[in-house]
Amino acid sequence: MSDTSFTGRLRSFADSDLFYSFRRSKTTVIASIALALLVFLAVFAPVISPHNPFDIAGLNLLDSELPPSWQEGGNPAYLLGTDTQARDVLSSLLYGLRISLLVGFASVILAAVLGVFLGLVGGFVGGIADAIIMRIADVLLSFPAILVALLINGVMRGILPANQQDSAAIVVLVLSIGLTNWVQYARTVRGSTLVERQREYVQAARTIGVGPLRIMLTHIMPNVLGPVLVLATINLGMAVLTEATLSFLGVGMPATQPSLGTLIRVGNEYLFSGIWWVVIFPSATLAVLVLAVNLIGDWLRDALNPKLR
Amino acid sequence: MALLEVENLKVEFPTRKGVLTAVDSVSFSVEQGEILGVVGESGAGKSMTGAAVIGLLEPPGRIGGGQIRLDGKRIDNLPPSEMRKVRGRHIGAIFQDPLTSLNPLFTVGEQLVETIRTHLPMSAADARKRAIEWLAEVGIPAPDKRFDQYPHQFSGGMRQRVVIALALCAEPRLIIADEPTTALDVSVQAQIIALLKRVCRERNAAVILVTHDMGVIAETADRVAVMYAGRLAEIGPVAQVLQKPSHPYTAGLMGSIPRIGPRPDRLIQIEGSMPRLTDIPKGCAFNPRCPKVFANCHHNPARTAADRRWCGRLSALRRGDAMNAMPTSLKTADNRTLLSVKGLKKHFAMTKPFLNRLIEKEEPQSVKAVDGLDLDIPRGQTLSLVGESGCGKSTVARLIMGLSTPSGGNITFDGIDISRAPAGSPAAVRQRMQMIFQDPYASLNPRWRVRDIIAEPLRTYGLSGSREEERREVDRLLEFVGLNAKDGDKFPHEFSGGQRQRISIARAISTKPEFLVCDEPTSALDVSVQAQILNLMREMQRELGLTYLFISHDLAVVNFMSDWIGVMYLGRLVEVAPAAELFNNPQHPYTRLLLDTIPDLGMSKRDRTPAAGEVPNPISPPPGCHFNPRCPLANDRCRSEAPVLRAYANGGRVSCHAAEEGRGPAIVPAGMEHSTQTAP
Amino acid sequence: MFVFLVRRLFQAVMVMLAVAFIAFLMFRYLGDPVNNIVSQDATQEQREEVRQRLHLDDPMIMQYGRFVANAAQGDFGMSYRNSRPVSALLAERLPATAELVLVAALLSLVLGIPLGIYTALKPRGILSQGLQILSLIGISLPTFVTGILLILIFSVWLGWLPSFGRGEVIDIGWWSTGFLTLSGIKALILPSFMLCLFQLTLIMRLVRAEMMEVLRADYIKFAKARGLRNKTIHFRHALKNTLIPVVTIFGLQLGGLIAFAIITETVFQWPGMGALFIQAVNFTDVPVMAAYLVMVSLIFVIINTSVDLLYNVIDPRLRADPTRASGRGA
Repeated sequence: MSDTSFTGRLRSFADSDLFYSFRRSKTTVIASIALALLVFLAVFAPVISPHNPFDIAGLNLLDSELPPSWQEGGNPAYLLGTDTQARDVLSSLLYGLRISLLVGFASVILAAVLGVFLGLVGGFVGGIADAIIMRIADVLLSFPAILVALLINGVMRGILPANQQDSAAIVVLVLSIGLTNWVQYARTVRGSTLVERQREYVQAARTIGVGPLRIMLTHIMPNVLGPVLVLATINLGMAVLTEATLSFLGVGMPATQPSLGTLIRVGNEYLFSGIWWVVIFPSATLAVLVLAVNLIGDWLRDALNPKLR
Repeated sequence: MALLEVENLKVEFPTRKGVLTAVDSVSFSVEQGEILGVVGESGAGKSMTGAAVIGLLEPPGRIGGGQIRLDGKRIDNLPPSEMRKVRGRHIGAIFQDPLTSLNPLFTVGEQLVETIRTHLPMSAADARKRAIEWLAEVGIPAPDKRFDQYPHQFSGGMRQRVVIALALCAEPRLIIADEPTTALDVSVQAQIIALLKRVCRERNAAVILVTHDMGVIAETADRVAVMYAGRLAEIGPVAQVLQKPSHPYTAGLMGSIPRIGPRPDRLIQIEGSMPRLTDIPKGCAFNPRCPKVFANCHHNPARTAADRRWCGRLSALRRGDAMNAMPTSLKTADNRTLLSVKGLKKHFAMTKPFLNRLIEKEEPQSVKAVDGLDLDIPRGQTLSLVGESGCGKSTVARLIMGLSTPSGGNITFDGIDISRAPAGSPAAVRQRMQMIFQDPYASLNPRWRVRDIIAEPLRTYGLSGSREEERREVDRLLEFVGLNAKDGDKFPHEFSGGQRQRISIARAISTKPEFLVCDEPTSALDVSVQAQILNLMREMQRELGLTYLFISHDLAVVNFMSDWIGVMYLGRLVEVAPAAELFNNPQHPYTRLLLDTIPDLGMSKRDRTPAAGEVPNPISPPPGCHFNPRCPLANDRCRSEAPVLRAYANGGRVSCHAAEEGRGPAIVPAGMEHSTQTAP
Repeated sequence: MFVFLVRRLFQAVMVMLAVAFIAFLMFRYLGDPVNNIVSQDATQEQREEVRQRLHLDDPMIMQYGRFVANAAQGDFGMSYRNSRPVSALLAERLPATAELVLVAALLSLVLGIPLGIYTALKPRGILSQGLQILSLIGISLPTFVTGILLILIFSVWLGWLPSFGRGEVIDIGWWSTGFLTLSGIKALILPSFMLCLFQLTLIMRLVRAEMMEVLRADYIKFAKARGLRNKTIHFRHALKNTLIPVVTIFGLQLGGLIAFAIITETVFQWPGMGALFIQAVNFTDVPVMAAYLVMVSLIFVIINTSVDLLYNVIDPRLRADPTRASGRGA
C-alpha cells in the first residue's frame, strides 16, 4: 500500500474500494464510456465533422431540410439530415457539443476555484470576512440558480455594447453560470474547514507554532477537497443544463455560434413544419450528456459517503 | 430450562473480499433473573452477539449458523413479523447513546404509551397511567408533568432513565443492554447501573450486559463471558473469571487495567492488538499475542488453558537499546517547579445577538470554564487533573499550550512568563513543551505520511538538519516508541489506534521536550492497548526525566500515572494532593464522590451509594460553592460563600468549608435524586 | 419566539432593501435612462429637462430612497419597450403565472412525496429501481426538451392538446382565470406537467434520501427493539421526521417553480410574467427587469420567512430554542 512509485499507486488504486465499486456499478461504467466518447467528439469536432456548418459558401440551399439519411428522401452525405439553411445537422451538433462542454467545464472551474477560496477564507479567518461572504451566499441561495444566472446575464449584456454581445457570449455565459454556482462550494468548504480547524491534528500543528497560512494550505486544504470533487461532478451537469437553458431562451450563444441549446431553440421554431430531426438530435445529445454526468456524480457521491455504504 | 440458550452462534458479513465471520461458535445460556456480563475490547463481537439475539443485525450482517432459543423455542429463524412481537414484549434492548435513542419529535409519554399498547391489551387511559408509573419507577421527578415533555427537555442521565422505562414497560423477561452507560459521565453511570440492576431484580428480568468496562461487570453481573475476535474466550461466575482467570487473554486483560491502591511500576501488558476480521489467525485467535502459546494453539481453538501459572514473559521489555540513544541530561528529577500557574482564568462570553439583548434585556452571560486556578508542577513529576466533562481540565491544557489566551492569571514555564504568548512562540520555550492529544484518529493529518508528521515539529523549529539526518532521527523516534523505521512511509489510516498514539508520542518528543501535556491520551483506546501506552509513558518519564501534566477522567489511570492529583469541578480546583493521600484520605466531598464511582474490581460487593444529581449547566453554576446542591455536607455558608484553597494536613490543599470547619463526612442519603436538568 | 419573529422579519426587510438596491443600480446605470425616454433627435435642452424631471442629479441616496418609496407603492415607471406602466404589465401577467405554478406545485407534491416514501421503504424493489432511473432521467432532461417532446407528441402528432396560449379565460375582477373553461384547462395540462416534472423528480429524490437517512437513525433502531409495528415505525416515526425538512424543500421548490416558469412560458408562449421578463432581458428593458426582480424577490422572501416560522411551529426542539433555526434542514 505504501509503495510511492507511480505503478505502485496505480496498483493500489486498482485495488481500492472506490475502483471496486466503480467496476461493480454497470450504469456508471456505461455512463463514463458515453461521457468519454462525447468529450472526444467535442474535442476533435473540427476533424471529425463531415461538413463545416459555418462555411456559408459551402452550403447548397437545394440540400436544405433533408431528413436523416435512413429516411425516405435522405442523403447519405448528411447522416442526420440538414436544417432549413442546408447546414449538416451532425456537424452543427458536434460543434454545438464542443461549445456546451467548453462553457460547462469553464464555469465549473470558475465556480469551484472561487468557492473553495471564499470558503477557506470564511471558515479559517472568520469574523467580518466570513459574515459578508456567508450573507451574500445566503441571499444568492434563496433564489433559484437559473434566475440568478439570467440576471447576471442580463446585467452584463446591458453593460456590453450591442455589437460586442455575440463575440463575448461565451465569456458572459461562463461568468453568469460560474458566479451563480460558487455558493455551494463555498458553503461546503467552509463547513468542512470549520470542522477540520478544530481537529486535533491542526491543534498539534498550532502547538508547534506552524503559521496560519501554512496550516490552511498544507493541513486543511488537502482535507476539504474531497467533497469538492463530488460537487464539481454533479455541478457539471447543472452547468451544461443552465447553459442550454439560457441559450434556449435566446440570451446565451448566438445562432452564428450555436451551442446545443441554441440549436434546439432554432429548431423549435420549425417544429410544426415536421422537421423534427433538427430538434431531436441535439436534444438527445444534450440529454445523454447530462444523464451521463449525473450518473457519475451520483455514484461518486454514494461511493465517497461512508454513511451510505 | 434456561431462559435463553445460544448455541454455536455464527454471524457473517458478506464483503467483496469474501464472507467475514464476526461471531463464531458462541454458546451460552442466561437463566431467569440472571445478569450475564459480556465483555471484550472493541471489535470483539460482543454488540453483534446482542444484536443477533434480538434480531436486529445491521444488514448485510446475518446469522450464519447456530440456534438461539427463548424458553426452548427457536427465535433465530422466526419470520420478521413474529420476531417483531418478541422484541419489546419478551426481549427488550437499551442502546449506548440516550441522546439519539429517543425520537425527538414525540413526547416521552407518547413513546411510552405506544410501546405499552403495542404489546399489552390496554386502554389509552390505562396505558397513560402505566407510563407515568414507569417514569416514577425509573426516578423521573414530577412524572405526570414530564410525561408531556420532549426528549430534548431531559438531561443525558434522565434520558437514559426514560430509555430504560421504554425497554421495560412491556415487561420483557430479558433485557439486552449494549454499553448503556458509556456515553454518560462517571457519576451518572453509577446511578444508571444501580437503577437497571434494581428494576430488573424486582421483576426477575434477566439482563445481558454488553460492555467494555470490567468494573461495571464486577459490580453488576452474576456471570461473565469474555469475548475475543468474535469468539468466546471464557465464561463463568464473575468472581472466578475476574480473580482466577483461566484464559491467558482474560488474565492479561485483568492485569492491564490500572487499579486503585499501591502504584506499580508497570502494568501487565499484552503485546499487539486485536486482529481485524479479515485476518483472524487460525486455531486460537489469541495465539499471536499469547505469552503461553504452544504448537497446539495454532490448530485447535482451545477451550480453556489447563496451565494457570502466571507468565513472566508478559512484561518483558524489548526497547532497551533505543532508549539509551535518547538524550539523558534531564534524567535526575529535582523538586524545583517547572510549570507554575497562578490565578488562571478563562471566561467564554456567550453574547446573544443584538436583537435578543435589546428585546429580552438580558445581561451578557459567560461560561467560566477556568475560574482562578493555582498549580505548581515540580520537575520530573506528574500532576494529573481529574473531573467530569465540562470541569475545565482540557481548557487548562489549551491555555498552557497557548492554543487559547487566558482571560486572567499567569503561566510561567521555568521562570519565563508565557501567559499571553501564542502557540509555538517563543520558539525557545515552546519547543521544550509539547502535547499529546486524545483522539488518535483525529490528531494525525490523514493526508500526510507518518515520516512528515513526526518531522513537522523539527522542521518548524529548524532542528531537522539535512534530509539524511532528519530521516535517521525519525527512524530512531519510531523505534523508540515501539514501531518500525519502515512505518514512516505509511499513512496514518494503516495503523491501529494504539499505534497511532505511539506516532503521536513520537511527534511530541521529537524536539526533546522537558514537559508534556497529555490530554486524555488513552481514553479512546482499549484497555490492553491503554496499558501499553501508559507503560511507554512511564518509561519515557524515567528515561528522559519528563514532566507531565496528565488530564483524565479515569481515576485508576490517574493513580497509575501521578505524583500529584488535582480535582476540578466547574472550573475550580477543589482539591490537590499527593496521589496516595488523595486516594487514602480524600478531603473534599466531591473527591469522595468521584472515588466512590470507581467500580470495584476486588469483588467486595460493597454497597456503593450512587452519587446524586448531575453536573449543573456551567452557564449558571450554583452560587457559593459550586458543588453545594450535590453535597451532603452543604449548609447556608456553602450556599452563599465560595470557599478558597487552604493547605491541609495531608500535604495537599482543599477548598471546602466543611473540611475547614471539621464537619465530618456523612453518608449521602439514599434515593437523593436531584432533577438537575440541562437548560433547554 | 417573539424575538425570533422580529429577527426573521428584520432579515426579510434587509434582503428586500438589498434587492431593491440592485434593482435601483440596474435602473440607474444600465444604459442611460434619458436616452430611453426622449427621441433620438432630442435637443440638449430637452434631455436636460428630462434629467431634471427624473431627479437624476440628486445625491444617490436620495434617488435610492425615492426608488424604494415608489416601488413600495408599486410604481416602477414606464416600460422602455411598450411605453406602458410596468406595474400594469405585471398585474395583467400575474394570474397566468400564478395558476400555472399553483397547479404544478400541487402535482409535484401530491406525486413526489408518496413516490419518495415508496422508493425509500422498498429500495431494492423493481418498481423503486425503475423510478430511481426515471427520476435521474427526469433531472437530466432539460425542461425545455421535455416541453418540446410533449408538444411534438400531443400537439403535432396526436393533435389532442393545444401547444400555446392559455385558451379561453374568464375575468373575475382584475384576475383572469383559465380554470373555468374547458379550453383553459386543456391548455394548462401540458405546461403544468412540463413545469412539475423536474420538481417532482427533485422532491421524490429528496424525500427518498431524507427518509433513508432517518431510517438509519438510532431512534428507529430503538423503536424496532421496542417491537413496534413496521407501519408505526415507518408512517408515524420516520415520516414525521422526514417531512420536517421537506417543508423547507417545498419552500425552495416554490421559488424554483416561479423561476422555471420562465422556460415553460417561453416554450408554450404562455402569457405570464416569465415570458415578459425574458423579453425584457432580450431588449434590456430595465424597468421591467427591475420590477420583476423586486416582485419575485418579494414572493421568495415571503415564502422563505413563512417556511422558517412554520418550521418553528412543527419542530418541538426549535419551539424551545428558535435560535437553532439557522441549522434548518440539517
